[in-house]
Formats: sequence, structure tokens, C-alpha cells
Amino acid sequence: MDKAATDVATKQDGARHGAVQLDDVNKWFGELHVLQDINLTVGPGEVVVVIGPSGSGKSTLCRAINRLETIDRGTITLDGTPLPAEGKALAKLRADVGMVFQSFNLFAHKTVLDNVTLGPTKVRGTDASQARERARELLDRVGVGDQADKYPAQLSGGQQQRVAIARALAMEPKVMLFDEPTSALDPEMIKEVLDVMVDLAAGGMTMIVVTHEMGFARTAANRVVFMSDGQVVEENTPDQFFTNPQSDRAKDFLGKILRH
Amino acid sequence: MDTLVENRAEIWEGFRLTLWMLLVSGILATVLGTVLASFRVSPVGSLRAIGTSYVNVFRNTPLVIILVLSAAFWPTVGLNSIGVLGYSTFVTFAVLGLSVYTAAFVCEAVRSGINSVATGQAEAARSVGMTFTQSLRLVILPQALRAVIPPLTSIYIALAKNTSVAAIVGVPEAAYVMRRLSNKFTSDVYAIFLGIALGYVIIVLVLSGLLQLAERRLAVAR
Repeated sequence: MDKAATDVATKQDGARHGAVQLDDVNKWFGELHVLQDINLTVGPGEVVVVIGPSGSGKSTLCRAINRLETIDRGTITLDGTPLPAEGKALAKLRADVGMVFQSFNLFAHKTVLDNVTLGPTKVRGTDASQARERARELLDRVGVGDQADKYPAQLSGGQQQRVAIARALAMEPKVMLFDEPTSALDPEMIKEVLDVMVDLAAGGMTMIVVTHEMGFARTAANRVVFMSDGQVVEENTPDQFFTNPQSDRAKDFLGKILRH
Repeated sequence: MDTLVENRAEIWEGFRLTLWMLLVSGILATVLGTVLASFRVSPVGSLRAIGTSYVNVFRNTPLVIILVLSAAFWPTVGLNSIGVLGYSTFVTFAVLGLSVYTAAFVCEAVRSGINSVATGQAEAARSVGMTFTQSLRLVILPQALRAVIPPLTSIYIALAKNTSVAAIVGVPEAAYVMRRLSNKFTSDVYAIFLGIALGYVIIVLVLSGLLQLAERRLAVAR
């Protein structure tokens, strides 16, 4: 039986699994058409990996989903609600969408613990002691509980990224976006971050992951979306995509990255 | 030298006024300047326009003109008697004039501090659902502050010396006292000038010492 199918079937535990839908999304950076008629549906609890050569628009796509990038045409909906354009409604939406950045972006002037509690206390209005308790749980879960009182600069890249994941999870998001979460990490730290992500995926989180980690795509993804030159070129299960790519562009890309 | 000693009470009164104006307009200018800086980086176009116009008007107008206009303006809106804590109405006029003038410079210093904070910090703040104001207040400004202290120090030093312009609207602060004494005791002019100058130097040294201390404290907190 297809591994992806069993994964979806076992994802029943959480209650806040969101769905994301992109319809005819277009974006230009000046002359450059970075997103071209993108249609993508991500179901609740689904893990979609977006891969493709650099400059293919995959990061822009990821950032557009919580409107860190605006789009010029088309619609993006979260659980059926279109993204608000700005203001409080947009802030509210972003609270429900976790984002993990390539460069971690932990709040440099706050301790690890405060990084995780800041969102819940200031945005959700969670009581401070309750937020701290929850933050410690999350930090333990991602394996950096003993670093809670340090500042981000005192942590390794892998530890910082795991804190960033905990920070996003503290908001109890419906969807998690990962924008090349391991691209800025030393090789030995990549695994510790991917392990956390694999756990999350197994726990039923809806995830959209832009990455070059083919191993992660194979183990955790339900679907792989291959992008090139601003277009979705191919969409398939990881197994099918890696063993039997349909498009020349994907064959060429896989030929280059899987040779070593 | 004797002249300075004999008139120490008047000189001390003058410097007390100088310090009072420095303190109050320093605080007001910092608050107003920070608000203006957040206007200038705001996503709302009209707020940005307000911030930019403010800076253009007040930074480019000579302080003397602002002080004279301030003294002339407030009575026209009914504020004839706005002395605070025993300081005269004219002191308040001067404080308000110094504040609006200095705020333009504070605004630009704070704005450069805001721009020095990595964009990823703001993106992360927005991503956890903070509004623009929250991300500025909780994430950006605390980090910008550290970068802003050296330029702010220069602005406060300029403010300390600019308080002397208030003599124009009849505030008997240190420079006013200096002119009065030097007219009265013409043989002691140099001693009077140097004595008053020394007073300003001491104020500025203490001020920059305190800010240096603050800078070090904030740097450790990282």
C-alpha cells in the first residue's frame, strides 16, 4: 500500500488541521513573472513538499500563503476564508499560520523562553504563567528545554531553528509553513531539525515545506510539488516523483541533485 | 573670579532652568520623535506623509524662529498662563519649542535605528500574528534603541546647548545670566564667559556619561 495514504489515514489526533487552497495565483516582481497561474490544494493534515531549482518561485509561494508577499492576481484561502488584505484581520490569520524561516529570525533581544511566550501572551492574550508552562513543554518536545534562559545568539543554528519551530507551535497554528528550514544549517544539525519536522508531520499537522531535503520528502511528504520558472510543473506522490518523474524539467533537476 | 562667586545664586538659578528645560524637552522630544519615526515607517501612507512633513518643517527651521513663534502662538489659542511647577509661562513656551524642534532630529535617529534591525525580525513578528504597532513596540524598537543611543547622545548634547537660545524669549537661563552679568561687570567678562561655559561642559559630560552607561547596559542584555 502507498505510504502516503497510510500517513493520511493515521493523522487523526489534533483538532486544528487547516486546509490551504491557491487558485490562479499570479505575482510579478517588476517584469519577472515569479508565480504563474499557481493552483494548489493542501488538505487538512497533509504534508506537501515544494521543491525546485533556486529562483523557481517556491519561497515566494510559501511566503504568499501568510501574505509576507502580496499577490497580484488570484486567491489564497485558508479553511475556505480568503486571506485578508491587511490590518487586524490579517494579523489574526497569521496567528493561525506558523512560519519557519531559513534564517530562524528569533527575536534577538528576548530569551529562548520569551521568544516562545511572546506570541501567545501578546497576540492570544494567554496568561503569562500558562504560556510559560506551555512553552517549556514545547521546548522539551523539540529538545532544547535546557536552553530556555539563553539568548538566541548563544545557540547553535540547529537549536535556534528548533526554538523557531516551538515559537510557531506555541500559537497552535492550523498550518505550518517552512521556508527552506535547513538551508542555513551545518550538515550535522540538519537531522535534528528534520526529526522534529517528521514528528510534526506524523502528528497530523498541515505542512507546506519548501526544501532541498529529498530524504524528508520521501519519509514525511504526502505529495511533492515541483516548481520551475514560477510554474507548478509536476505534482505527485514522493515515490512516483522520485522514481518516475514525468516532465523533462523534473528529470533534469533530479538528475542533478540525486547524482551524489 | 570674584564676580562668579558673588553672583553664584543667580548663576545657579540660571543653570537650574537650563537643566529643567533640558530634562523636560528631552523627554518630550524623545516621545514625540519616536511616535513620528513609527509614522515614517508605517504602512499607512497618510501617517508617513505627516511624519515626513513634520521633519521637513521643523528640522529645516532655525530654532530661534521656532521659539519666537512658540511664544507668540500659544497665547493665541488661549494658553496665556501655562507655568509648570513654579516655572514661568515663558519657560513652558521655550520647552515646547525646543521639544518640537528636537523631535524632528530624534525621529530621524530612531528611524535609522529601526532600519538597522534585520527585516526578518519584523517578518517573524508579523508571522506570529502581531499587528504593526505590536511588532514595532515589542520587537523592533527595543532592538533599534541600542543602535540609536550614540546618535541620540549627540542630539541631547545639541539640545543642552540649544536651551541657551531660550534667552531670546526672556527665559533667565544660564546664557541669559551670562549676558546680564557680562554687561554689568564689564571688567570680568572673560571669567564670566569661561565660568558659564564650564557649567555647560559639566552638564554635557554628565549627560553623555549616563548615556554611555545605558548603552553598555543594553549591550549586555543580548
